[in-house]
Amino acid sequence: MHDLFQWAWLIPALPFLSFLLIAFVTKRSKGLSSTISILAILTSLGLAIAIALSIIRAGEEIVEHPAIVNVNWLNIFGLNIDFGTIIDPLSGMMLFVVTLVASMVQIYSLGYMHGDKGWSRYYAYQSLFAGSMLGMVLATNLLQLYIFWELVGLCSYLLIGFWYFKVSAREAAKKAFMTTRVGDFGLLLGMIFLYNKFGTLDFAALAAALNTNFANVAVVGTVGYVTVMAFLIFMGPVGKSGQFPLHVWLPDAMEGPTPVSALIHAATMVVAGVYLVARMYFLFDASPAALQFIGGIGAFTAIFAASIAIAQNDIKRILAYSTLSQLGYMMFALGVGSFSGSMFHLMTHAFFKALMFLGAGSVILAVHHKQDIWDMGGLWKKMPITGWTFFIGVMAISGMPPFAGFFSKDEILANALQNGHPIIYAVGLFTAFLTAFYMCRLFFVVFMGPEKSENHTHESPWSMTIPLIILAFFSVVGGWAALPEHNFAFFVHFGEFEHEAINWTLAGISVIAGLLGIGLAYAIYVKKLISAESIVTRFPRVYKVLRNKYYVDELYLWIIHNVMDGFSKVLYWFDIFVVDGIINGIALITRGSAKTLRLTSTGQVQTYAMVFFFAVVVLFMAFAIGEGQLTALNPLATLGGVK
Amino acid sequence: MSALPTVGSLSMLLPFTLLAPLVAMLLIVFLPKEESKTIKIVAAIGMFVSLALSLYAFYTYDRVLGGMQFTLTIPWIPDLGVSLALGVDGLSLPMLLLTNLIGFSSIYASWNMEKRVKEYFILLLILIAGVMGTFIARDLFIFFLFYEIVVIPIYMMVIIWGSTKRVTKEYAGMKLTIYLLIGSAFLLVAMIALYLAAAANGNPTFIFDELAARQELYSPAFQKVAFALMLFGFGSLISMVPFHSWSPDGYAGAPTAVSMIHAGVLKKIGGYGLIRLGVYVLPLGAQFWAPVIAVLAIGNVLYAGLIALAQKDLKYVVGYSSVSHMGYVLLAIAALNPTSMNGAVAMMFAHGVMAALFFAMIGFMYEKTHTRNITELGGLAHQVPRLAIGFMIAGLASLGLPGTVNFIAEFSIFISTINVYPVLTILGIAGIIFTAVYILRMIANVLFGPRRPEWDHLTDIRGPELVPLVLLGFVIFLGGIFPNILMGMIDTGVTSSGLAKILETVSQAKMGGLF
Repeated sequence: MHDLFQWAWLIPALPFLSFLLIAFVTKRSKGLSSTISILAILTSLGLAIAIALSIIRAGEEIVEHPAIVNVNWLNIFGLNIDFGTIIDPLSGMMLFVVTLVASMVQIYSLGYMHGDKGWSRYYAYQSLFAGSMLGMVLATNLLQLYIFWELVGLCSYLLIGFWYFKVSAREAAKKAFMTTRVGDFGLLLGMIFLYNKFGTLDFAALAAALNTNFANVAVVGTVGYVTVMAFLIFMGPVGKSGQFPLHVWLPDAMEGPTPVSALIHAATMVVAGVYLVARMYFLFDASPAALQFIGGIGAFTAIFAASIAIAQNDIKRILAYSTLSQLGYMMFALGVGSFSGSMFHLMTHAFFKALMFLGAGSVILAVHHKQDIWDMGGLWKKMPITGWTFFIGVMAISGMPPFAGFFSKDEILANALQNGHPIIYAVGLFTAFLTAFYMCRLFFVVFMGPEKSENHTHESPWSMTIPLIILAFFSVVGGWAALPEHNFAFFVHFGEFEHEAINWTLAGISVIAGLLGIGLAYAIYVKKLISAESIVTRFPRVYKVLRNKYYVDELYLWIIHNVMDGFSKVLYWFDIFVVDGIINGIALITRGSAKTLRLTSTGQVQTYAMVFFFAVVVLFMAFAIGEGQLTALNPLATLGGVK
Repeated sequence: MSALPTVGSLSMLLPFTLLAPLVAMLLIVFLPKEESKTIKIVAAIGMFVSLALSLYAFYTYDRVLGGMQFTLTIPWIPDLGVSLALGVDGLSLPMLLLTNLIGFSSIYASWNMEKRVKEYFILLLILIAGVMGTFIARDLFIFFLFYEIVVIPIYMMVIIWGSTKRVTKEYAGMKLTIYLLIGSAFLLVAMIALYLAAAANGNPTFIFDELAARQELYSPAFQKVAFALMLFGFGSLISMVPFHSWSPDGYAGAPTAVSMIHAGVLKKIGGYGLIRLGVYVLPLGAQFWAPVIAVLAIGNVLYAGLIALAQKDLKYVVGYSSVSHMGYVLLAIAALNPTSMNGAVAMMFAHGVMAALFFAMIGFMYEKTHTRNITELGGLAHQVPRLAIGFMIAGLASLGLPGTVNFIAEFSIFISTINVYPVLTILGIAGIIFTAVYILRMIANVLFGPRRPEWDHLTDIRGPELVPLVLLGFVIFLGGIFPNILMGMIDTGVTSSGLAKILETVSQAKMGGLF
């Protein structure tokens, strides 16, 4: 069994190999490229399932003793870094989620990307992404994680800008890279401080060092030092997982192909930040201030993004804000100490959000690349598979039993209240209400209501609907992992495991909040009991602010264009006119004096003779003064050396 | 000192490496100037031999043994202690390899050169050999001699084959040359002073290791003054703020190959010299000036990085970016610890490969589109995808993406300077954000966006033109994915050359400090 864990490196290696093959060998053959890529990821999926099953079979043993393999990667004076793989329930779960969603997305892309000119390039990027993401999941130390973290960021950049001829895609890709780079600055800095302090970046060694040294104030400094490092490291997840205030890139990232949004910007890459916080939970756990901060940022992002989602009309943007909101959920779950709840929600969210994005892609194709939900409508009958699976996704995210989201959301909310965070609990509950509302708004407008005759829709091909069905299956049963004795939390937890039964009172309250949201959406968008327009006209300012996403983008653009670029221009001016001016000034003086001196070289014998004469006179005078012989006014005598 | 040559194992390796381009140069001298194809092939073969030999040296260098290897010592002016002493260790071998990688690539980057081909390649080969000589010299006199050799071809190549944009090529060439010469004048004074001080025991020498071994002969006051002279000389060569202004103008005016070699390796002589002569021979002087260097270094990183944001000409962006990156090298040198020296040499190597690739790609772009103005370019990924890939690899390496050798260099620098200059290092790390902004903007505006019909006639790079992309791109990723290949070599240089020992005495690091 443990032999299998030794082979975990194959899971990222296969997609990397596929990337190399496509990039250097098969890029001219479309069929071969996609076949290689899909075969590689399916093999990885098989391995991931085998590993997940072994983990479940191993039970307590693997929970206590993760299987770690390390090889040396960089070894110089004062810097020693390994590369390796870690197999524990946390990484096992992530491996399964990533390979499953990636396989589904790649198969789905066979239909969605049909006829695209960049087919091979697309599958090369997909493979590169899968390899990097899986490598990140398996990382045994922070530097390894950071390396793959940046690589998935690169893939995200390449795939957002996949249709590079679109100016909007190009700008969105750039924005994503730059924004996450700001967060990565903090992560890099935190990592360097950590290494400086403990001399290692290995997770296990760091955790041990923190544990043994924590009581000893002299060694660790103070809790304050840990807090500083935790804050810096948390900047990375803020950028990557789209937490406020670095969330601005994710909605724009929807410029990429829809399957990419499903894989990278909903299910996998954006949860990397959550995963990092979970991996380094030993650090955050040691700093109450950091945990509080994470809880606050997460909760704020959850409600902030949900409120924006209400006022959006682009189907992918609604889903993107929903993703931001759910990422906030996972983040505040970690902040309130609901470690397994957060990871559980990460898993279920990956299933149902990928499902909904792929469903949205299916709809977008059906209505000929329109994305405004008001251009759709009545698709339920025309697209039964897409409709049904999307419905499952909506129910799951709204937290309705027995769908997956119910279990994970309930666990988070229950933990928030039990661990003494009533405000965060209230925010989470209200967000659940908003979530149900805007998701049902989307569902009702797109699938119910009158059909738009100009659309000529039909159901998508099998390559697209089969992944939908598989993901829908997991969006239902994924949550049932909470039910057995050895449930999800038994495997994935931090610290001591305590079995917690589902608190049905709290669960009931969450369900009621969700039902209220669904009912409100039903009343407004199906029954038209309340007119949406009248609400908008009553609160025009609120609507405008929400519609414009609280003007955060505008603020950032203003800062970049006026402050940074302005400063840059001033410095450039300074460089040309002051720094270079001084240099050129020195050169001018040199040249000027050279010119003056050159006047002496006239080439005329008379001038030379005159100069010579005067020189002799001057010389004589000098000598005369020097020797005090002013009376002897005989130059010849002096020159002849009469003295 | 014996009059016979001292011969180490494989001692002819380095002379052959140095002679290969010179032999090719001599052959070209005797070729008729119409035979431009033959001239290029001969130049390429010469550089290929040299590259192969330096790769062989890199491969066979005994890392366990360490120290100077492949040594050859031929006494030249015994009375003055001058000898033709060659040899490489873990510090100079990466630089030698870098010179050859870039030199070989620069031949191919000039493959479409049509103007006075014969003179061009003669000068180019002299330039490459000159740079190579500075890195394999074990003798200060020889080092200086090669350094002076470099100046002549640079000047002529900029004046004859350069391009006039914001400034004229004559101005650029003059500025470049005058800076090199003024720098070398200060170096000359420092060199003579050092020589005289070292000769106080009646046994004059120019050999680096010998000079370093006579620490007791240099008083602290002498070290401070001599190091200051070197700092000015080498500092202006590595474009230390405020002596950097030759660099963007010079690169913009120079032809592609000169930009590649100048930004790629020549300015690294400054960093190499500061380590080999400055830190190694005059550690107390280095210690005295280190805080000044560190502050100026961050000036480089932030000041030049911000200015790069305002540039419209591709070569100016890369020019200022190169000034900015040299700040990291200087910061690492100023930190004065073995890890940071590793980082400094790695950064010089990494930046060299990256900058050469950048300039090669920009050169091709300019050749094809006749513009380097970012606002006039756009959507080039449609018509010249391979060129776009090369440009993108250089850009990603420049912003220190993991997987490229540049990340390894940056990381080892940051991790070793944080103890010594915490605030400056944090500012330096903040510099990566500016780098990301100007690089990503440039990539977006030049490569992406709607297809522009005016570029439809362009042909993508192919055949010999691909050599810089393939070779330099390969090195960037190899060094980034398997860092021990390069870093192990540099580490040997730092630990076995006695540098680490010297650093122990002056190290400013307070290990385990809070910040």
